[in-house]
Amino acid sequence: MIELADVGYGYGGRRLFSGLSLALAPGAFHFLTGPSGAGKTTLLRLLSAELRATEGRVLLWGQDAGMMGRDEVALARRRIGVVPQDCQFLDHLSVAENVLLPLAVAGRRAEGEAHLPELLAWVGLAGQAQQRPPELSGGERQRAALARAVIAGPEVLLADEPTGNVDWEMSQRLLQLFVELNRMGTAVLVATHDMNLIRAAKSQASARVLRLRGGALQAAGADL
Amino acid sequence: MRGRATGIWRLLGGDRDIGRAVPPTGFTARLTLLTAAAMAFLAVFALALSLASGRLAERWGTALAGSATVRVSAPEDQEGPQVDAALRILAQTPGVLAARALTEAEDQALLEPWFGPDLPLDALPIPRLIDVTLGDGFDAEGLRLRLRGEVPGATLDDHARWRAPLAEAAGRLRLLGMVATGLIALATAAMITLAAQAALAANAQVIRVMRQAGARDATIARAFVRRFTARAAGGALAGALLGTLAVALLPAAEEPGGFLAGLSFQGASWLVPLLVPPFAALVAFAATRAAAFATLRRTP
Repeated sequence: MIELADVGYGYGGRRLFSGLSLALAPGAFHFLTGPSGAGKTTLLRLLSAELRATEGRVLLWGQDAGMMGRDEVALARRRIGVVPQDCQFLDHLSVAENVLLPLAVAGRRAEGEAHLPELLAWVGLAGQAQQRPPELSGGERQRAALARAVIAGPEVLLADEPTGNVDWEMSQRLLQLFVELNRMGTAVLVATHDMNLIRAAKSQASARVLRLRGGALQAAGADL
Repeated sequence: MRGRATGIWRLLGGDRDIGRAVPPTGFTARLTLLTAAAMAFLAVFALALSLASGRLAERWGTALAGSATVRVSAPEDQEGPQVDAALRILAQTPGVLAARALTEAEDQALLEPWFGPDLPLDALPIPRLIDVTLGDGFDAEGLRLRLRGEVPGATLDDHARWRAPLAEAAGRLRLLGMVATGLIALATAAMITLAAQAALAANAQVIRVMRQAGARDATIARAFVRRFTARAAGGALAGALLGTLAVALLPAAEEPGGFLAGLSFQGASWLVPLLVPPFAALVAFAATRAAAFATLRRTP
């Protein structure tokens, strides 16, 4: 579905990484870990075509993202759900309107409204639909961002430090949601520092762990 | 053209949810509203000036074209017979509806503004004037030749030398009004473009979130265009109403109001200010759309 082929990225004369290759296949579950500043967020933004690779190719469903038109990239993004590190909501809209945004931009809002209550209940936000994002706690924001990422039924879910601002209990709950999505066939890639989360995930799903370090992507060993 | 029409249709008819993605308040919202209101207010005055100068040109042209003057300057003993001869010729001339020699009192009244009420007309060689009312088929040159042959002291003034500069002056006033309206439209477009660019820069987060959600550039642009078009139309409506009210309160043409007397709308032209808000909305639509696409193309 999404493939990195010898991808490199740099800016301002600094090369962040190069020669990265990765394939996100249907049903895959990956964790991406590595020290701060290694480029995990940048890698996720390359995978969602939010950034353009300075070297190599990012293939979105077989098409080179660098060669795709702006509308084609937009259409490909509808197949990718993203949970950004800082959640990024439109604070003047309600939680329900934020969650429905991916369907609204695709002109499919009505179909989302039908199963919105069920989705919000799934992420434990049934009572928060009409609240504004600034009124939510850290964990609630993460779950609202997850609901927004999955409402359009994406084939790939990219989550950037989704448990960074929540307690252990909430991180377990979020992990459970990722595992359930993965079981339904969604390819999941979670960038995280949280080793306990990764260990917990490996006990529930066949998750593969990738480490981004020194500009290279390596498969992590059995130390996890 | 078809794409633009479709864009306007979609703007009016659908995507209300997308329009809500852009925060409704902020500095740029107030700036757009105020700019549109001020420009619409000025546009109403420019339109009033343009229409009034058009009417003025027509009125001057009609009044001067419908009359002529025959001036008879002759020695005292020949003045009466020459005036009679001129009146006789005028009565026979096709296109002359009426001809009447002015009385001494009327001559006095004409000269009074320049020389005062005590002017001794008898002591001055004042020519006799014949006021001629003209209709269709009048041949000024033919009459001029005949008068030259039969009434040597008579000179025909068909007002052509007055009419041309007055018509030109009125035409320039009308042009000035149209240029002012055009400049106001351009200034409105420039201000709304700047406001739209500021709004796009201030709402980088909105753009990023919408992009991440899979929005096309056209969808994001439409969200901003909808907001700005609505604000511009609202502001222009308020400005046009205030401008129309201000024009209505100007002194009427028959009142002693100096140059501004008559700077008003008449009859159906009172509906012209109604065109200002939709026109402002169109300008805002085009300006915001261009600004939005230019900004979106610059961002990845």
